Amino acid sequence: MSRRFTPKVVTANDLIEGDVVYLSSNDVWVRELHRAELIDDEAHADLRLLHAQGQPGIVVGAYLADAKAGPNGPEPVHFRETFRATGPSNYAHGKQEVSPHRA
Amino acid sequence: MYTYTEFDDAFVRERVAQFRGQVERRIDGSLTEDEFRPLRLMNGLYLQLHAYMLRVAIPYGTLNGAQMRQLAYIAERWDRGYGHFTTRQNIQYNWPKLSDVPDMLSALADVGMHAIQTSGNTIRNVTADHFAGAAADEIEDPRPVAELLRQWSTDHPEFQFLPRKFKIAITGSPNDRAVTRAHDIGLRMVRNDAGEPGFEVIVGGGLGRTPMIGKTVRDFLPKADLLPYVEAILSVYNTLGRRDNKYKARIKITVHETGIEAIREMVEARFAELRPEFTGADQEVLAGIEAQFAAPEWAKVSAAPFEAAYTNDPLFRSFADTNLAAHRNPDYAIVSVSLKAHGATPGDATADQMRTLADLAERYGHDELRISHEQNVILPHVPKGHLPAVHAALKAAGLATANIGLASDIIACPGMDYCALATARSIPIAQEIATRVDELKLEHDIGALKIKISGCINACGHHHVGHIGILGLDRAGVENYQITLGGDGTETASIGERAGPGFSADEIVPAIERLITGYLDLRNSPDETFLAAYRRLGAEPFKAILYPQEKEKARAA
Repeated sequence: MSRRFTPKVVTANDLIEGDVVYLSSNDVWVRELHRAELIDDEAHADLRLLHAQGQPGIVVGAYLADAKAGPNGPEPVHFRETFRATGPSNYAHGKQEVSPHRA
Repeated sequence: MYTYTEFDDAFVRERVAQFRGQVERRIDGSLTEDEFRPLRLMNGLYLQLHAYMLRVAIPYGTLNGAQMRQLAYIAERWDRGYGHFTTRQNIQYNWPKLSDVPDMLSALADVGMHAIQTSGNTIRNVTADHFAGAAADEIEDPRPVAELLRQWSTDHPEFQFLPRKFKIAITGSPNDRAVTRAHDIGLRMVRNDAGEPGFEVIVGGGLGRTPMIGKTVRDFLPKADLLPYVEAILSVYNTLGRRDNKYKARIKITVHETGIEAIREMVEARFAELRPEFTGADQEVLAGIEAQFAAPEWAKVSAAPFEAAYTNDPLFRSFADTNLAAHRNPDYAIVSVSLKAHGATPGDATADQMRTLADLAERYGHDELRISHEQNVILPHVPKGHLPAVHAALKAAGLATANIGLASDIIACPGMDYCALATARSIPIAQEIATRVDELKLEHDIGALKIKISGCINACGHHHVGHIGILGLDRAGVENYQITLGGDGTETASIGERAGPGFSADEIVPAIERLITGYLDLRNSPDETFLAAYRRLGAEPFKAILYPQEKEKARAA
């Protein structure tokens, strides 16, 4: 029996800014984890990852990260993904900065 | 201080131009990430957790005011207004945009700096005693040799694809402030029976997942033989070093598996081949470099302001007692400026603070600054009479924390707040320990204590050589912190021993508090440091303090 598939999101870093990005269901790269597409199906996850890896001009290092459903959308499972989703704990930099120009 | 020659300047600028083209080709799609990655790493550009990170070399930790000012400018112009000084005398910018990096490198070239070989399997930034050229206990300033090694190793065709990265540290003093025994090659200046200066050559030290104290491969190496000898070591390593297994690829494993005697034979044999090829050109270059590192013309400044402030100002007295070190000129002092204000991020300096330090160096300190591997900034040459003015300016900039060498002067790697390799956070643990130590008002009573924190097994935070080392790990999806005790990075180097089971993020600060307050009851006098008490008593009493419930269980059984 193969291991049960746990839900995933496709995540990567933006090529220019390096910021953490997630693939949404309508093929847009978003900066917030809760707007990402939560993928329940393994075959679909593989396809979505291939789609992400086919965009080297936009993102770097795409991979599938474990996530779980929350009231506002996907939430991290592992603390590493929590830090990626929220930014560093010593300064309000990165995702904690108010940046109206960002999607 | 060394000033770039036309050759150096042209070389660095050519590299900037090459990298500018490489970035353009990456962005326009001509280069894939797999093709681009080694190119960006050759220029110190990493992709970390939240952003790119640019690691800039500060060779042998030496800067002048103009260079420090430029680091401040770069921080404000292209980053978030601060920089992070590392345990290898580099500065890291945590938020550069890929498209801005060529301009940042160009701005560095304007002041004779670069990010070359701050990554990759090459010879990395050569580090040195941060008191070099100033220390009272020094035999000779080691920086001319460090600069010679920098020039020799930069773009050296034979050593661009080593089995693994290669780190060299050098000290000119018997008191080892450069952690030479935990480097791939450590060079310690000593005198032979005739009184001539030369080097004890140490090889195969290192921290990381397999910590090793380096072994002496040559007791005394004449200065003139240094380059061929180092080249012989690299050559042997390049041949024997394991390329099949990344975790066994450092020279410490080569030395361990081959044995120091066999390594010594091979190095000496290779040295015998190489030595005749060095016909003196290197010594001519070295003589030219040495002339540039001539000591400044010492100023005559009355020490009266120092005496008055020391008598009348308790804050200044505390700063003077804690942050000053003996200078080779008795009218001068070495000032260590702490980048460890209680609760702040270890090693971070804002652009304003960098400019304050540049101003002070230019005004009072012969235009010299140093960065220590302990993530602090040094003003190496300050006349004692100027110290009250320097202290006042530091205080105004939030830089006058009197904690050098004390419990809150903590080394911490960036950890999982920034680093893609980290398995747990380091910075918040350092912040919380320092804050708690400050609340306890005990650190001056505790005295010399080195706490060092790494956020993964690679040990950038030097936890193995901390009197108290903390290693952050991922235990089943939760941050967990292991404590090691009794490590030492000086001339009496030793690797710390693991104390027992790890602690959660909530438990680690109380555990450290138990240790340092418990030590006060264990020491036989206020002069016995934590490390000395540990060496006298062994691990058991310290373990009993760390794990009181174990003691209870044993008693019940």
